Amino acid sequence: MTPMIDMTFQLIAFFMVLMNFGEGEQDERIRLPLSQLAKPPDAANTWPMTLQLTKVGTVLFGGEEMPVAGIRPFLVREAQVLKRMERDPKEATVIIRADAEAKTGEVQELIGICQSREIGFEKFILRAKQGQN
Amino acid sequence: MPKIKSTTEGEKIELQMTPMIDVVFQLLIFFILSFKITTPEGDFNIKMMPLGKSLQTLADEIPAPPLTVRLEAGSDGQLASLSMGDRKLKGFDELHNIVLSRVGDAGPSGAEEVEVELDCDYDLKYEFVVEAITAVSGRVQGNAILPLVQKIKFASPRKAGG
Repeated sequence: MTPMIDMTFQLIAFFMVLMNFGEGEQDERIRLPLSQLAKPPDAANTWPMTLQLTKVGTVLFGGEEMPVAGIRPFLVREAQVLKRMERDPKEATVIIRADAEAKTGEVQELIGICQSREIGFEKFILRAKQGQN
Repeated sequence: MPKIKSTTEGEKIELQMTPMIDVVFQLLIFFILSFKITTPEGDFNIKMMPLGKSLQTLADEIPAPPLTVRLEAGSDGQLASLSMGDRKLKGFDELHNIVLSRVGDAGPSGAEEVEVELDCDYDLKYEFVVEAITAVSGRVQGNAILPLVQKIKFASPRKAGG
């Protein structure tokens, strides 16, 4: 019995160590572009918010899918929540997970909405997957 | 003085292993089912042209003009041409070499001073933008990443025919 229990505990330890709880923001509809410089960040981002852009030009946010222009009210609400918590929206980090085949103009439009006066996000991060083209 | 004799002396206490094994197997199944191999993801910091600022204000804030990299899209969103200023480039390797020499020429703080602006077509596939950012922002040497340009920004996207 003892060897079996030993092995089972080792398997549990293996899976526990390799388990990534931060996968929640990843979506299988998004195929990230590859970059050999894409290394996981050393420090955690302040007030991170992930916006995912599909190749057909829709944004995934908070479990909903909408056109790029439709994200504005959601972001206004996010900015208001931050202000109510006495945080400046400028401190928040917007992480853009855009599909490799998405249009660059749509990515920029999305960033433009985030920057608008009523929202006021300023820090942007473009996410890529580690690998070589 | 009377001696207390244990009546259970010599009896073997048997541990109940079954509930523990049940729980352990349930944990094992949970971890196996929720296990997913994912490639690590990395980040690129970018600067966007602030809204509501005049070009003159921007010119005052930025001491040296940025290196402008133009990425033109073909009809299918693929990269049709890559250029820096008036110079047409053969590929991202050439772009990387040019940026490397500019950063080297700018001295020890070159990586912080040199700024790159990406001027892209609206319909260009985003993967080419990330490829351009990769070419200008650093290179891999062994296991380490040597940083190049850290200030990367976007110009307003150009729509086809506009």
